[in-house]
Amino acid sequence: MADYSREEYLICVLARMLTGLNAVAVGTASPIPGCAALLVQAESEGRTRAMILGSAVHNAFNDGGAELHDRAAQGRIDAFFLGGGQIDGEANINLVGIGDYPQSKVRFPGSFGSAFLYFMIPRVILFREEHSRRVFVPKVDFISAPGWSPDGVYRRGGPYALVTSLCVFLFDRTRHRFRLDSLHPGHSLEEVRDNTGFDFDCPESVGNAPPPEPARIALIRTRVAREIAEVYPQFAKTRLKRAATPS
Amino acid sequence: MATPENYISVDALAARVPDGALLALPKEEGGGAMAATRALIRRGVRNLHLVCVPVGGMQADLLIGAGAVAIIECSGVSLGEFGPAPRFSHAVRAGTVAIRDATCQAIYSAVQAAEKGAPFIPIRGLIGSDVLKHRTDWKVIENPFGGGDPIVVLPAIKPDFALAHARLGDRYGNVWVGERREITILAHASNQTLITVEEIYDGNLMENEQLIGNTISSLYVTALAHAPRGAWPLDLTGRYVRDDAHIAAYAAAAKTEDGFRAYLAEHVFGTRAAA
Repeated sequence: MADYSREEYLICVLARMLTGLNAVAVGTASPIPGCAALLVQAESEGRTRAMILGSAVHNAFNDGGAELHDRAAQGRIDAFFLGGGQIDGEANINLVGIGDYPQSKVRFPGSFGSAFLYFMIPRVILFREEHSRRVFVPKVDFISAPGWSPDGVYRRGGPYALVTSLCVFLFDRTRHRFRLDSLHPGHSLEEVRDNTGFDFDCPESVGNAPPPEPARIALIRTRVAREIAEVYPQFAKTRLKRAATPS
Repeated sequence: MATPENYISVDALAARVPDGALLALPKEEGGGAMAATRALIRRGVRNLHLVCVPVGGMQADLLIGAGAVAIIECSGVSLGEFGPAPRFSHAVRAGTVAIRDATCQAIYSAVQAAEKGAPFIPIRGLIGSDVLKHRTDWKVIENPFGGGDPIVVLPAIKPDFALAHARLGDRYGNVWVGERREITILAHASNQTLITVEEIYDGNLMENEQLIGNTISSLYVTALAHAPRGAWPLDLTGRYVRDDAHIAAYAAAAKTEDGFRAYLAEHVFGTRAAA
């Protein structure tokens, strides 16, 4: 096994999608995206600003809860992360429930910012670690936010990629389909197919993303681990625990 | 400093909210009016139209579980890292509460429309979502200033009452909210604003140039109660941390109706109930 953890691999995969951007916002309950944003901020020498909701230090917002949404509405947030209880092959996401609405069989918390932010933020990365047919379905039961919009509907943003515990898909905005981009080490195309309920495009050969760069690992284990612990102490302790071990 | 004479008790504050009121609660991140929520449940309030601005948490779950809510409008209700809000999820599945699903910016915008006295407000996004499909009170119009592209318009949300917990209140009825500006917007928009405060500020907040900017003027504050640890078991920014063990125990207990009833008996109605 290589000298890095699964979390470090995922953080680096996400960080490569954020490099060079000016403003990266991360919502609640998102420690791995938060680490990726903090990593890119640390590398960028001031260019990239990470806005981690729930952080007192890495969150430039001070005008109340609407400010993130207003800034996104102006086109001044470049990247954001969303998840979904269900996600389908057209990148529609469901944060509301399974079964008939409103008396869903399973009720999720709700759509939160998605029905607005998915339209407004140019690079939305879908991050959902559980890679299963339960999550990745042929068609979502409820569209909290659609993956694409017909011509004539104002839309500057949308899905860029879907990152799971098995692989990375990129979203093709003209064909409205995901294309498998890389497999995480130790996982196969068959495993992805077996656990994905929607159809996706696949190149003839798919490899792994590059392993985490040593400089990035060093930053994750020091500065990023320190910074993320402010918001996610439990995550920092249990899932970045190697960071605490002096090497 | 002693509690000023113009302050009322938390229970008297809760008694101001009549059955059937449109009650707005700001999001709980950084503090929520938990003591007042318990008082609302003790008073047996019913048929509330609850608007969570823009998301709800333990307050919404308690009120729904206690049978106080007929309609909930929100962009989400959860206990955050403690998982789903069990009474909310149960009530929506059972159909005992009517849900009006929204998205954060829609709720903020509709409340800001009321703040400006505007009847409605346009909002981008939403088109093609099932959120919009199920909101028969929202409309899609042609953008009258652009190329006629479709855009959603929302009616203003003008709450009968806003209820919040803040860190400081003074004897003149002014309240300091710090960075919690969504409380200010709500106070401006609502017909009546009820606030519990953690501490009494010895002086006039409107005369303190460092605090006036993030102060809600008494002009907007209908009634005030002094509620030390009034956000417990939530955290209050800069004052105390969240009681994680308590919230985890609530999340587990509230999974069943019996567990929830036992929680209410002990922590809302019982001798161990905080004010």
